[in-house]
Parts: sequence; C-alpha cells; structure tokens
Amino acid sequence: MPSGGASVPVVQFRDVTKRFGEVVAARDLDFEVRAGEFLSFLGPSGCGKTTTLRMIAGFEQPSAGEVHLEGRVVNGVPAYRRPVNMVFQHYALFPHLDVAGNVAYGLLQRTPRPPRAEVRRRVAETLELVRLGGFEKRRSWEMSGGQQQRVALARALINEPKVLLLDEPLAALDRKLRRDMQIELQNLQRRLGITFVLVTHDQEEALSMSDRVVIMREGRIVQIGSPRALYDRPADRYVADFVGKSNFFEGRVERVADDSLEIRLASGALLAAACPAPAPAAGAAVSLAVRPEQMILARAAEGLPPDAALTVGARVLNRIFLGEHTEYLLASETLGEFLALVPRQSELNERPFETGESLQAAWSRAAALVLEER
Amino acid sequence: MTAAAGTRDEGRGGGRATTALLLAPASAFFLLLLLLPLAVVIVYSFGERAPAGGYLPAFSFDNYLNLAARGQAFLNTLTLAPLGTLLCALVAYPLAYFLAVRASPRIRTLLLVLVIVPFWASQLLRIYAWLLILGSKGIPALLSLVGIEDLLLVNTRFAVLVGMVYGYLPLMIFPIYVSLEKLDKRLLEASSDLGARPWRTFLQVTLPMSLEGVATGSLLVFILLMGEFIIPALLGGGKVFFIGNALVDLFLQSRNWPYGAAVSIALIAIMLASIVTYMRFVLGKRGQRPNAFM
Repeated sequence: MPSGGASVPVVQFRDVTKRFGEVVAARDLDFEVRAGEFLSFLGPSGCGKTTTLRMIAGFEQPSAGEVHLEGRVVNGVPAYRRPVNMVFQHYALFPHLDVAGNVAYGLLQRTPRPPRAEVRRRVAETLELVRLGGFEKRRSWEMSGGQQQRVALARALINEPKVLLLDEPLAALDRKLRRDMQIELQNLQRRLGITFVLVTHDQEEALSMSDRVVIMREGRIVQIGSPRALYDRPADRYVADFVGKSNFFEGRVERVADDSLEIRLASGALLAAACPAPAPAAGAAVSLAVRPEQMILARAAEGLPPDAALTVGARVLNRIFLGEHTEYLLASETLGEFLALVPRQSELNERPFETGESLQAAWSRAAALVLEER
Repeated sequence: MTAAAGTRDEGRGGGRATTALLLAPASAFFLLLLLLPLAVVIVYSFGERAPAGGYLPAFSFDNYLNLAARGQAFLNTLTLAPLGTLLCALVAYPLAYFLAVRASPRIRTLLLVLVIVPFWASQLLRIYAWLLILGSKGIPALLSLVGIEDLLLVNTRFAVLVGMVYGYLPLMIFPIYVSLEKLDKRLLEASSDLGARPWRTFLQVTLPMSLEGVATGSLLVFILLMGEFIIPALLGGGKVFFIGNALVDLFLQSRNWPYGAAVSIALIAIMLASIVTYMRFVLGKRGQRPNAFM
C-alpha cells in the first residue's frame, strides 16, 4: 500500500505468475505503474513482457497472484470491462470499417450510446490529435504504416483509458518514421497525462521514451529504474549488456578496502575499482563493466587521466565511423578484445587512430562497475 | 495502365502463345459443351412439338406464353431453393464457427473429414436413406410410441427441405469455414479491448468479416438447388415438383422438347437475374475491396 498522501498506483501486480501448461511465461511479478508515468517493459522475445501487457489488458488471467487496477483486484475481469486500451503490434484495424468507424468503435460500445453528433465531433478531435484530420472516410489499406499506426492510437485514445497499452507499436515502421513517432508518442503522453505502458525489445526506444523501464528476462523482472539509473547502475551483467553496450572483464576480488576494491583479472593484472554496495567478499568472482565511451585512448601515456584504474597497451583491429562517434575494436594482452567509443569532437583536434596502430587505453577508477557473478 | 500492361505482354510474345495454349482446352470445353448446346436449346424453344414427340422447326412464342402451365414447379423452385439456401446457411454457420474458432486443431481435421465423408456415397443412396428415416417405418413409427400418431413427413415440403439442407450442407460449411479461419483473431481482441461484449464482437466483427464466405456458399448452394430434381422426386413423392422434375417429365415422358427448352431457358434467365441481383447486393453493400478479400 502506498504511504499516506501518495496516490494509488494505476496498475499493481502482486506476485503474479502466468503459466501456459508447463511453460511459465511470467514468474512472481511484483511492480506498480504510477499514475501519469511512461513505463516500458524491455527484454528479448519470450521474456514475458507481452504476457504481462496482456494481463493488464485482460486478455490473459494470472495463474497466481493479484492484478490491481486503480486499487481494485481485477483478476477474472474480461478485457471489455477494463478501463484500459491497447495499441496492437500490427495495429489490428478493422478492415471492414473506414477510419471513422475504427476510431468511433469504442464510443459506440457504451451504454447508453452517445449521440451521433457527439461521436462525430470526438472522432474528428481525436484524429486531429494524431494529425490525421480529414481522414475519416479512408480505408486502412489505403494508408501507410505510419498512418495506420496513428489510427490505432486514435482508436485507443478516444476512450480516455486509464492506461494506454502499447505492444511493440513501432516495430513495423522504418527507422526514420520510428524516431518521429517516438517523439510524438512522448509529446502526446505528456500533453494528455495518460499513463502509458509500452512493451519493446528495442532498448533505444525504451530508454529514450520512458520515465521508468522494467527489464525482464525469462519471465522475471531483473531491474526497474529510470533509464539513467539502469544505464549507470545496472543490477547485473545482463542489464549492463542489454541497456547500452558494455565491455566485460572477468576477475576475482583480491582485497576489500573502505571504498575501493583490488581486483585480479584473469590475465593476472591487478587494478583498483570503486566498491559497490553491498561489498563483495574477498575471493568473489566479479565482472568489471566498462562502457565503450568511458574507454580513453591516447597515442602516449601523457594523454591519459592521472586517476586511471588500469593502463594497457592495445592495437586497433577495426574502426567504424558512426557520425558523432567513431567505434574502435581493440585487442590487448591483458584485456582481450574490447570496444572504445571516441567522440567526433576529440578527433577534430587530433588525427583519428588507424587500423593496426598501437596505442594506450585506460579508464578512470569511477568508470568501471563491479558486478558480482550470479 | 492498360497501355503499360500491353507493352509488357508484347515484350513476352512467347508468353502469349503459351497463355492461348493453356486456355484452349477450357475454351473448347465451354464452346462445345456449354455455348453450342445452349444455342441449340434456344433454337428449339421457338419450335413446335413433332406429332410423335421431339422437335419440329418453327418460329413461335407459344412455348414461352405457355410457361404459366408449369407455374407450380416454378413457384416451388423459387420458394424452396432460397429457403433451403437460407436454412443451409443457418445450420452451417454455427458448425463452421465451431470448427474454425473453437475446435482444437487436432479434432478439427477429424471433424472436417466427417463433414465430407457422406459425399463418398452416391447422393441417390443418401436421399433414399432419408426416405427410410422420414417414411412410415422411420421417425413417425418412433413418435407413435409416445402417442403422436399418423404423422406424415415424407412427400411434404418439409421432407424436401430436410433433404436439400442435408445434401448441400458441406458446400455451405467450407466457404464459411475458410472465411472464419482466416479471420485475424487479434481483431476480436481489439474489439473486446474497445469494450465490446462477446456477442457484440460477433455481430460487429466476426459476422461482417465472414459474410464473403456466406455469400460464396449461398451462391453455390442456390445454383445447385435451383436445378435440383432428385430430392423433390424422392422426398416430395411427386407432390412437391421442381422445375428440374418438370424438365425430366417434358423431355423424357411427354417428349415435348420445344416446351422443355423454353422452360430451361426461363430457368436460366431467372437464375442469372437472381445471381446478378444478389451479387450487386452483396458487393454493393460492402464497397470496393482489395483482392486480399477473395
């Protein structure tokens, strides 16, 4: 229960498990969706994120545990009685109805049925909202994917749902359009104040749009947090790998000091790292995660920061120009192969590194994350 | 657009010859076995009955003016064929719905086979079976055990309808099954998500989206029922006469070929008119559709 003053979460899952026969699609889910937030479920296909969404919608009922909507248990309540609406992955527009018929569908199911003039006015308003004013008479097959997407959005939003559920809504769109729709969805969500719950396997999509992200894996929630928190403080190697790219170096804790650890890498190198809480025991197997953009490359040791945790000699294996960044694949005797990302700005001052070139690589002590192996 | 298609065809001259060659058998078939006989029937329909039966060349409209003499057969056909089609659709739809939506994939195949199995036996045999079932030793005998006496089922319109629905049910089930089977189940979820109760989802999504199947099945069954003669002959016992029975009578018994020809032409004309009207109604109501929908 929320403490005094805090509003009741729109959606709350309490120890929810969903089984399909022998298969456990979702296990012990425990989370809440706060009113007005943009929450994303992120994970690879088969991780249980869509099942979770379908349990909110009412298409699936939990095998165990409780699903709450606005503080009330809705286990067993069918989809047509829930104040939530969904934007389906492939839109699922009704092909036998025109755009107006699709958008008005939800209003026409209400008893008493709203007057015809009001329905027409609200359809026009909602189409305007998704920038499809005047499209009333179009048929779904006469429209582009992006336009169909907007119709699906309008069809759900016209009902003023307590939660808008989005099931991989942008997966079928091309890259450029996807970016535009991401921004548009975000603006729409802020403007309307409706709670959005999105399911995606695209980490960039989840990180760029959401207030909070739920990372799922094999039917379980791994971590919940703001995009920044997930990126900066991943709970484990899985999250660190899924949310952004990361280099991982395996080793053992050699010594635990007050605020720092000494770690012995597999190659024998000894280095210092900031101590995570709770501190791992001496001798524990850990992974050291270093983001590629935190790798510092220089032709000579003088170019490296003074608080470097470890400095190694490395050779450039490959170089990929990405526009605002250049990605280098490097190899070193101590670290094996690893990635480094160099911003365009620093390459303007100095000439870029060449494939085959030998150089020095390092990272500062605060940059590396120590993740305990599970 | 036509010009573009034309150029493309000319670019593949060999393709044209192949097309012509592939179409030749069907074209020859239709020309020799459909259009030619039809022309003969039209010519005959303006002739006169030869004294010993058969055809005597003439040009008179007497045969057509005399059609009313077989009015009862026309009336029976034109009421019972549409009624039979309607009953067929009403019986077939729930079954097709069950097969396509509810039945598990394993028993679905089995049930579909069971729907076809009766077709392996001759239609004549199957109708004879109904003659026994509805005849005095069948259902009426059973009902007399519970006190319902002297029920006459056979030789009635009811018996003819039962036979027609039974005989043509599979032709109705399959098109409806196909249209329901390819119906995107997510549309049903979308409807439910938007607040529609199950029966409203059925009326607003399932039914309109499976009407093509119903239309196809109805057309098939209706055309065959219009020309039916075995079922009324056996189960109607000569009391429920169809145009088909009239034709058998005219050509084989009274040997009045020209009159029979006129009745045939009238039947064809009525069928064409009703099919065109029906198609207009079905297609007109549903608007222009892309070919994704049949």
